[in-house]
Amino acid sequence: MSLGPYATFIATSYLVVLVVVALLIAWIVVDYREQKRRLSELESEGVVRRSARKDKT
Amino acid sequence: MTLIDLANPTRFLAFTARLLPWMAAVTAILLAVGLYQSAMAPDDYQQGATVKIMFIHVPNAWLSMFVWGVMSLAALGTLVWRHPLADVAAKAAAPLGAAFTFLALVTGSLWGRPMWGTYWEWDARLTSVLILFLMYLGLIALWRAVEDPSRAARAAAVLTLVGAINLPIIKFSVDWWNTLHQPASVMRMGGSTLDRAFLIPLLVMAVAFSLLFLTLHLAAMRNEILRRRVRAMQMIHVAQAGQRPV
Repeated sequence: MSLGPYATFIATSYLVVLVVVALLIAWIVVDYREQKRRLSELESEGVVRRSARKDKT
Repeated sequence: MTLIDLANPTRFLAFTARLLPWMAAVTAILLAVGLYQSAMAPDDYQQGATVKIMFIHVPNAWLSMFVWGVMSLAALGTLVWRHPLADVAAKAAAPLGAAFTFLALVTGSLWGRPMWGTYWEWDARLTSVLILFLMYLGLIALWRAVEDPSRAARAAAVLTLVGAINLPIIKFSVDWWNTLHQPASVMRMGGSTLDRAFLIPLLVMAVAFSLLFLTLHLAAMRNEILRRRVRAMQMIHVAQAGQRPV
């Protein structure tokens, strides 16, 4: 497969898309872990949401 | 499980936990197939190999408008029905829409340089898409600036609906004004003007990128629900700490 005289433009386009999509995925995964960690910290301190309390009763 | 059951954030979290791995797998497979077909597509008789940029530029350009459309529906959900997940959906979609619009602008620019001889031209299509990108950034800033989530939700919903005026301007800019950008060649009256050798990889990539958006959107909505739970629990924690005897 030859990309011709404009190979740099084609390769850069695909590379930019790859990097931005990878950053989006990484951001969502890191954010999920952070929220789960903060939730478990609060739960370990005995904090219970009002709706969770209703569920138990 | 009916659709109305998903209005409950707890049920929505359980639903996404089951669905996300499957959606991620199907997206990865479709992206791999689309990339393979894009690599194997023949050169265009005029553009040569640069036509391969179309397979990533067009899906991102479609998504840049589609995501704002999704946010506009969510804005209606916030203002009219006060649906509990409407603002969550809109807020989670905004960074994704901004990213897809950024990619449409960058890949378009990299395609424009060899074909038009310039990276940028202040014509109607390019300028209206740049405005869309700035509107995404403005909405993200608004959500971050307003402390009260319900006030932020209403303000963002109004701004989203006002911004939706830009969508038909983007779509029809190539028909209403004399622009450097080519007119519609896939979604047009009378059918696509693209040859099947280009149309099939383009449609596969469009479906793959749409699934990528849906997967990331569901995951980002899940994160936003958890963030709001953390915020609510932190407020309870602070209130409890204030009631304790010193």
